Amino acid sequence: MIAVFSAQQDALESPVDPRFGRCAYLIKVDTESNEWEAFINPGTSQSGGAEIAAAQFVIDKKAAAVVSGDFGPNASNTFKVAGIAMFLYGSEVSTVKQAVEFFQQDKLQAFS
Amino acid sequence: MKIAIASGKGGTGKTTIAASLARSLISFGDVWYVDCDVEAPNGHLFLNPDLKQQTRAVVRIPQIEKEKCTACGKCVEVCQFHALAKVGKTILVFPQLCHGCGSCTWNCPENAIVEVPNPIGLLERGRTDDGIEFARGVLTISEPMPTPIIRQLKKIIDPCEKATVIFDSPPGASCSVVESLRGADFALLVTEPTPFGLHDLKQILGIVDDMHIPAGVVVNRVGIGNEEVDAYLADKNIPVLLRVPFSKELATGIAAGKNLIEILPEYQQQLQNVFQKITSLVHGERS
Repeated sequence: MIAVFSAQQDALESPVDPRFGRCAYLIKVDTESNEWEAFINPGTSQSGGAEIAAAQFVIDKKAAAVVSGDFGPNASNTFKVAGIAMFLYGSEVSTVKQAVEFFQQDKLQAFS
Repeated sequence: MKIAIASGKGGTGKTTIAASLARSLISFGDVWYVDCDVEAPNGHLFLNPDLKQQTRAVVRIPQIEKEKCTACGKCVEVCQFHALAKVGKTILVFPQLCHGCGSCTWNCPENAIVEVPNPIGLLERGRTDDGIEFARGVLTISEPMPTPIIRQLKKIIDPCEKATVIFDSPPGASCSVVESLRGADFALLVTEPTPFGLHDLKQILGIVDDMHIPAGVVVNRVGIGNEEVDAYLADKNIPVLLRVPFSKELATGIAAGKNLIEILPEYQQQLQNVFQKITSLVHGERS
């Protein structure tokens, strides 16, 4: 499964970024093979509509799940229509690597 | 002559100065007061206009005709404001992000987009007892975008060539302020002699400089804070056109809805002097 994580830096060891629309990087992870790739979030450079730009990017990467600290109404509505599952980091997760492990162990809280 | 009153920092006295300046000029010819602070318009509290005309301010937003749409995604690609998203075969529209620019409609290869009016507020016009032409925009609460209302507000006014038009700008240094300043011959910047006043004054000075609008400053609440605003303005050679002291008498009068002239008649002459200085600065700038 492809999952996308919001991150502060472009590495798996990066601290997670609790913001979705304005996170620095979006890290795409194949949760079966653990292959990953980091992308600059296209939302950060926008004066407005950052959430939508980031959400469109996640959709275009064919993700099935997205993980961040929270989701605003525009992003969450878009993901609902797209059928992409949203999960929250919660307080126990500090790096993307940890978040991937939590995700694989079904320990992340779903966003509703 | 079009004069925009702006400040950077909020609560420095923009509306006090704008309404008082309008009142001081009624014997000179047509005067317009245009309240561009559409998120919190308050000029009416000082000028008490009879608001007779009301029209809706709308943004024309896209509506996708599903039977024609092939979900090619061109509209999403051209939208600078991310008001559209493509999810599978569906195009989602986010009305609150749409600026109504029409790019999506223009670029749709299938002609599958029609534009529908999305109301975001009101445009109101009226007159005061002493003959000031009054106009204001009011953004509906929860609507996030003031700029289109300000743009439309400036289109509904029809001052003659010789009229003096006063734009009362919103606070801050963002798009809505830029829209309020657009087309102004002069920017009258109201500040207070505090670190916050100076910090935000520098921001608004940067904007008027970029927009090539000549500017002068009103220092309000003189007596509080420090000397840094004066030092900065002297250093940058920016004219101070009026100083208003920090006084209980003025504060009490303003809280009761009075303009400066109603509180102290000497402001009539002082504000007319401000206008004369603005006129000579603008003409000097043009020559």
